[in-house]
Parts: sequence; structure tokens; C-alpha cells
Amino acid sequence: MTDTALDISLTINGERVSERVDARTTLVDFLRDGLSLTGSHVGCEHGVCGVCTVRVNGDIVRGCLMLAVQCDGATVETIEGLSDTGEIADLQAAFEQRNALQCGYCTPGILVAAQDLLKRAKENERVPSRNEIREHLSGNYCRCTGYQAIVDAVEAVAQARAGETK
Amino acid sequence: MKPAPFAYKKARAIEEAVALLGEQDARLLAGGQSLIATLNMRLSAPSLLIDINGIGGLDGIALKGGMVEIGALVRHAQAERSDAIAKSAPLLARALPHIGHPAIRNRGTLGGSIAFADPAAELPACLLALDGEVEATGPKGKRTIKAEDFFKGLFETALAPQEILTAIRLPAAGKDTRVGFAELARRHGDYAIVGLAASAEADGKGLKDVRLAYFGVGATAVRTKKEESALAKGDIDGAVVALDLDPPDDVQASGAVKKHLAGVLLRRVAKQLMEPA
Repeated sequence: MTDTALDISLTINGERVSERVDARTTLVDFLRDGLSLTGSHVGCEHGVCGVCTVRVNGDIVRGCLMLAVQCDGATVETIEGLSDTGEIADLQAAFEQRNALQCGYCTPGILVAAQDLLKRAKENERVPSRNEIREHLSGNYCRCTGYQAIVDAVEAVAQARAGETK
Repeated sequence: MKPAPFAYKKARAIEEAVALLGEQDARLLAGGQSLIATLNMRLSAPSLLIDINGIGGLDGIALKGGMVEIGALVRHAQAERSDAIAKSAPLLARALPHIGHPAIRNRGTLGGSIAFADPAAELPACLLALDGEVEATGPKGKRTIKAEDFFKGLFETALAPQEILTAIRLPAAGKDTRVGFAELARRHGDYAIVGLAASAEADGKGLKDVRLAYFGVGATAVRTKKEESALAKGDIDGAVVALDLDPPDDVQASGAVKKHLAGVLLRRVAKQLMEPA
């Protein structure tokens, strides 16, 4: 009646994927080990650090706190997808320009989380404050502690997308 | 770490989930934001996960007979964006942004947070402060459990082994309802070192029916009744002096620090209750 492995079909970065997965496999492990999408990282594995942040059905989630089997029928977008479509090209350029990454381990998760804030802000036609940027990224650790530059980069993109320049 | 092996079943109806709960060592999977973390760390190793996310009818927010009824699968983010919650459950609206981080709030459910009964979590304290209730569904049907009878101990509730929390109900806020909420955490969204949820009714220039529920100070969220009557008389200093809490030390702070901070929060929350925005 119940199984420890199940067949799932989902859309990942625009591609249809059908695989058999162990029930215990987390989404991020499935992406990395099953599909070689290694841009999503694995850190704390209990929802604290944010390096595994991906989008499921348009909302950001912890890839370590969702099981792959729960994503049957879902649309998943990873940092690879967001990069390839050019959706965050300006954000990535701003990170490079402002040195908003050092070792880079946290960067994919931070980009996905920051894009979530920027997208919502654009929809609501407002520019998030530095405080709102910090709050939205509160679930993403940077252990190089480069937060200042990260907030600078996100703020610059928020202003640029709203048609303002700094 | 990785979870120990388990079987997985997506339930399509409450009755199916209740029946599956009769199997040995089965757990319900709702938002999974606490459960999957404990699986990953092998703090729990159930033999079967029953995914209830596919059960229809559990994700509504509705006003019914003076109560706000919130389905168990309503996610924190959904409640945060809800006009009905903002209007009729303003205490929740204040508390929700403190719960975890955006990615956590997109998945975590209100029902899961209440049923998990973490002593440092915001929502159990809100339910207690609002004199709310829980709807449980089991093999014999539905029953209602008052918040003050629901939280039994550390991660322990009045739910029977085969019961599922299917909704929470809170008295809808009226024009005289006042609420207050404050918490102290190391990082925004982390578990509280100590927190306080409060509700009251304006009574002329004073307050009545003050209910204070602290979290992060013991095995469950706790009401502090002596302080409630002091606050109703407008005596904030008296309420702080009377603070009847004896929080144990934990990894975040000593009991003495927590007790001091509880007094600080009491002053902040008293101000919110007395001077509504």
C-alpha cells in the first residue's frame, strides 16, 4: 500500500523530468545528486542557512525541508534556470560589480531569495528599503559575513528596476 | 545528515489519513518545516509519512459565528497576506512576520505549528492569548479542544494518537479588541529567546479581559494571570514586579536573563495594548 520509492514527474527549469526517487530524498539532494544541478548547495540541512533555496511553483522554499516526492507535478526553478533565462542577469552583474560574494557558497541561495523580494516589490511598484532587504534575506547566512555589499547590490538592482538610479 | 528510510503516502481525504495514522509509527507531513529538519538530523525516524498536503478543504480562512476559522493547511505566507486575518485576527498578523524566514513561511502551516507545540513558537502563545480553540478529527469524528486544554507539555498536546488537527478557531476581533506582540531573538526569524502575545478589550480608558501568553520560557506557552489583573488596572510597574515566571536556562540565555527580558517585553506589550495604533 505504501512505498519507500515513488515515480515522480515534474518540470525543472522548463524541462519535463520523470524519475523514481526514494521517499527520504530531499528536493535539494534530488536536484544535486539525481540531476547534477549542483548550483543549489547543501549546508545545515535543517532549514537555518538558506543555501538550498529554490523556487517551487513560484515560491521560494528550503530545498532541504521538502521531499522530492512532494514535488510530483510541481514546477521547480533553480539558480541554473534563473541564470539561463536571464531573469537575474542584472542582479548577478550587481553582485560582481559590488563584490557581494567572497567564497560564493551562499550566493545561489541569496540570489534566489533576493529575486523573490525584487519580483514582489516590482509587482507592488515599490522599492524595498535596506531594512526590508535585510529582513527578507534574514534566512540566508553568509559566513564570510559580506552582508553590507549584498544589501548594496540588491538595493541597487531594486532602484534600477524601478527606473531610479543611485 | 540524511533521513532514515521511510514509506510515503499522499492522503486524499481526512478519513484516509486518520486510518493510516493507525499504522505503527506513522507521522503526518504538513508544511514539514520542523518535521523534515528532525528527519534530516535523525531526531525522528517514523516508518511512514502521511502527506496531508493533497487533502482538499483544509486551506480556507473564514468568518463563522464570530470566530475566525483557519484551516490546518493554511500556510504562514497565505495568512500573512490575508485581509481577513489582518482585520479579524490582528494578533496573528503581528506575530506571523516573526515566524522563520520567507522561504519557511511559504511552506509552514498554521495547523502544523500549533500541533507541533514548540514552546518557543509564536502561534501556540497567540492561540492561548486569544482564548482560541482547536478542531481535531479522529476515527469518531470531530471534537473541539480549548487552547488552555490543548498544550500539555513539551511538544505534547491533547491530540489522541489517531487524531488530526484540522482547523483552529479564534474569536474575531471587535472594535474594542486590543492586541500586543513582541519577541526577542538573536536573528530576525529565529526562535524567540522570549516572546509575549497579548489580547485585551478596551474598557473606557482602561483594559479588561487582559490575557498574556509568554513563549520561550518553559515547556509550553504560559499565561501569567497575576500580571493580567495588574495590567487591567493600568499598573505596568506592578505587573512587571509581579511577573510570576521561572524560566529554565537554555542554550540561548540563562533563566535570569529570560526573566529580565520578559519584564522588558511586558512593558512594550502593555504600551501596545494601552495605546493602539
